[in-house]
Amino acid sequence: IDAQLWGDHGQEALENAHVCLINATATGTEILKNLVLPGIGAFTIVDGHKVTGEDNRAQAATELLQELNSDVSGNFVEESPDKLLDNDPEFFHRFSLVIGVQLIESTCLRLAGVLWNAGVPFLVCKTYGLVGYMRLAVKEHTVVESHPDNALEDLRLDQPFAELKNHIQSYDLDNMDKKDHSHTPWIIVVAKYLEKWYNEHNYQLPKNYKEKEAFRQLIREGILKNENGVAEDEENFEEAIKNVNTALNPTKIPSTVQDILNAEGWKNITAQTPAFWVMARAVKEFVENEGEGKLPVRGTIPDMIADSEKFINLQNVYREKAMQDASVVSKHVESLLQSVGKVCVYKSKKKCKNAAFLRVVRCRSLADECSVELVNKDEITSCMDNPDSEMVLYLMLRSVDRFFQQHSRYPGVYNYQVEEDIGKLKLCVNSLLQEYGLNVNVKDDYIHEFCRYGANAIKMITHQFVPFNNTFIYNAMSQTSATFQL
Amino acid sequence: SKITSEPIKLMAVDSGHGGNARDWDGRWNHVQKFLERPGPFTHPDFEPSTESLHFLLETCKILVIGAGGLGCELLKNLALTGFRQIHVIDMDTIDVSNLNRQFLFRSKDVGRPKADVAADFINRRIPGCNVVPYFKKIQDFDESFYRQFHIIVCGLDSIIARRWMNGMLMSLLIYEDGVLDPSSIIPLIDGGTEGFKGNARVILPGMTACIDCTLELYPPQINFPMCTIASMPRLPEHCIEYVRVLQWPKEKPFGDVPLDGDNPEHIKWVFQKSQERASEFNITGVTYRLTQGVVKRIIPAVASTNAVIAAACATEVFKIASSAYVPLNNYLVFNDVDGLYTYTFEAERKENCTACSQVPQDLKFAPSATLQDILEYLTENASLQMKSPAITATIDGKNRTLYLQTVASIEERTRPNLCKTLKELGLTDGQELAVADVTTPQTMLFKLHFTS
Repeated sequence: IDAQLWGDHGQEALENAHVCLINATATGTEILKNLVLPGIGAFTIVDGHKVTGEDNRAQAATELLQELNSDVSGNFVEESPDKLLDNDPEFFHRFSLVIGVQLIESTCLRLAGVLWNAGVPFLVCKTYGLVGYMRLAVKEHTVVESHPDNALEDLRLDQPFAELKNHIQSYDLDNMDKKDHSHTPWIIVVAKYLEKWYNEHNYQLPKNYKEKEAFRQLIREGILKNENGVAEDEENFEEAIKNVNTALNPTKIPSTVQDILNAEGWKNITAQTPAFWVMARAVKEFVENEGEGKLPVRGTIPDMIADSEKFINLQNVYREKAMQDASVVSKHVESLLQSVGKVCVYKSKKKCKNAAFLRVVRCRSLADECSVELVNKDEITSCMDNPDSEMVLYLMLRSVDRFFQQHSRYPGVYNYQVEEDIGKLKLCVNSLLQEYGLNVNVKDDYIHEFCRYGANAIKMITHQFVPFNNTFIYNAMSQTSATFQL
Repeated sequence: SKITSEPIKLMAVDSGHGGNARDWDGRWNHVQKFLERPGPFTHPDFEPSTESLHFLLETCKILVIGAGGLGCELLKNLALTGFRQIHVIDMDTIDVSNLNRQFLFRSKDVGRPKADVAADFINRRIPGCNVVPYFKKIQDFDESFYRQFHIIVCGLDSIIARRWMNGMLMSLLIYEDGVLDPSSIIPLIDGGTEGFKGNARVILPGMTACIDCTLELYPPQINFPMCTIASMPRLPEHCIEYVRVLQWPKEKPFGDVPLDGDNPEHIKWVFQKSQERASEFNITGVTYRLTQGVVKRIIPAVASTNAVIAAACATEVFKIASSAYVPLNNYLVFNDVDGLYTYTFEAERKENCTACSQVPQDLKFAPSATLQDILEYLTENASLQMKSPAITATIDGKNRTLYLQTVASIEERTRPNLCKTLKELGLTDGQELAVADVTTPQTMLFKLHFTS
């Protein structure tokens, strides 16, 4: 049933994925639990730490996680990531995603470099006291079916395709009996009254609030009246009036999709070009030719008051057009692949319908984030205009890493250390700010708070792999969060 | 086996918790740092102390309502944080469809009560923890039961149940000369999820916004209008509803039994009939999976959303129990459909909230209005949204039931009252009407005002 949320394609992708978790800590196993339960294909835990006694932490975690879903294949490697990086860095190339939990900075950066070059997405997670941190580093993550929550409908009322025009014409609102009139889909109602409006307004769409209000009034006047001149109860007309705002939006390609279609890097298709970009190129060719500047028709319409026949007929007009457009895009895909000597059995039809939902997420590398030349100074300083912004927590986490580098331990592990460590941590904060040329003020309260934590974590949020870009900070003290691009 | 919590070896030199043989060295190290160290962001009333850990471990009594998706996560989080006196109520048994996120259950547990299995698992896995299960409905308990808890956390899937719990905690409040006695307040932490969305809120009964104060925040339940179902279906769901609501009771294919969403024979029958109905209207899209989803009213669930919301709730329980930090004030919204989004705000109390405002509720009707009019008002008014209210009044010194739906014989007997006018029923201006409903454990009092 849950596959309803991410669809059959999503479930398939999940089942083909092999995730690597480094460090089976509370946070790490929590993350893996949420991947194992819905059915990820396989996982491998890399952990060199021992559980008290004889058991290895990686092994113990693997066995317990396996219990949750017998379809998932679990593996473990009793080795520290540093050792693997020393002896066999290509070990990591096989994974669809690597999740690094509670890694020390040096290991994290080493690993990040290897994964970036291998094109393997890397998710860094840290929990520190009541602060959660996630950083996604992936050169390019493409999303074909992004399932946005409240996407606008693709009704084409401003530029009806031929079949839609014909269908609209088959209706004669002024000469219908009452039952038919009240059960005509609102899309038809809006289309008909739009024709009236065009005649009186020089073929211009209602543009501003005043005009839209006048258009709504025009529709309102079309509601049938009984013998006493009182308006009848026509819900379909009410729906039409309510939807005027969005139904008349000019059909255009969303900027996110424009960017994808115009992406420089994939202008030339080769035999190595990933499927997503072949599709993008095919969609672009459609837009420039058969589509006349528009994307393939999506083909779905929302439910609305109408009798079954009228609704189904209207729905079929959109559906058939969508299938036609998808076929054309498919042909473009085939000829592109042929031109580079590939033949493909390709499920392109379904993906074409969601052309408006193509997304690409590109996250900066950790190396760039930490480089003095390329650090995102603007983002950091502007967020710190509010000294209590979640950005201060990011700076504290970086400072704590620095502390560890210098003292081989985290601040405030023992009660007697807390006082002294506050001063030492402050030095780390200042050296960090200085090195990156950040002219911001980090309140002493935060330095104190991070010494208080003593590197322990109260288990907190875990997330499914979601392409946020690229840093997510969760503050459990205030139950707030923020996303930054660093 | 005992597990060290961090990659860096931590020694438990600082204040071992002593006394309890179940606790190995350093077991509560991480929690102690929050309880025993002063800090800049703690609650103003917080005082670092070594006593707090003892309270958390041995004394603090938490009630978890629901042992499903949220409940399993809550129990795990609370037990690992150190709470040991945990009680859990759940009226359901385990279904195979629960296993992909309710991780305290295995396939061998199917059919057993969720509360029992969850308690078993936690108690065995986390030494020292004492989860007490109840395979019951929340309505099976009264004030004396609920009064024993320090904090109550809900992981429910029903608004009605939430409102009932909300009402129960309101009924525990003690007012002296109009002033609320703070010791009678039991904080209620409420979590809810649906797919990739969720929310967590902190309710301090009598002080902050309650469930009923924010009833409009809950999305309306999707119920298709009957005329669509009966004569004008457009979607595959309409066809399935037709079979479920109209065809099944009429044809009784398996005898006089209610439709059971877990019985594959039943679902198969509904599926076939729905397909027939759909083909009559040229509707496509009826699948077995959709049929089951509609019949069982299944809302798709995601393991990670439950994890997030339960974590937020457990964090709040910890904050309140320890006073270590200021609790959430008071509503958190979470959505991870696109990236990760959270939004935190302070929901406001409604001045005349039916559950928590203590303001007597008024009913303004003409003497010529009928009892039916009052009934419709009680069910349709946005702030009341009652389900099947039972109305009683004291007339001529005697307590009379004017209308009651939930018992068939009484319903039949009182049905004629619905068409009678308030005057005909003998009601007077300023009279009190007592209304009972599933949405509240206590009878609600209304004052009737006649309008001209």
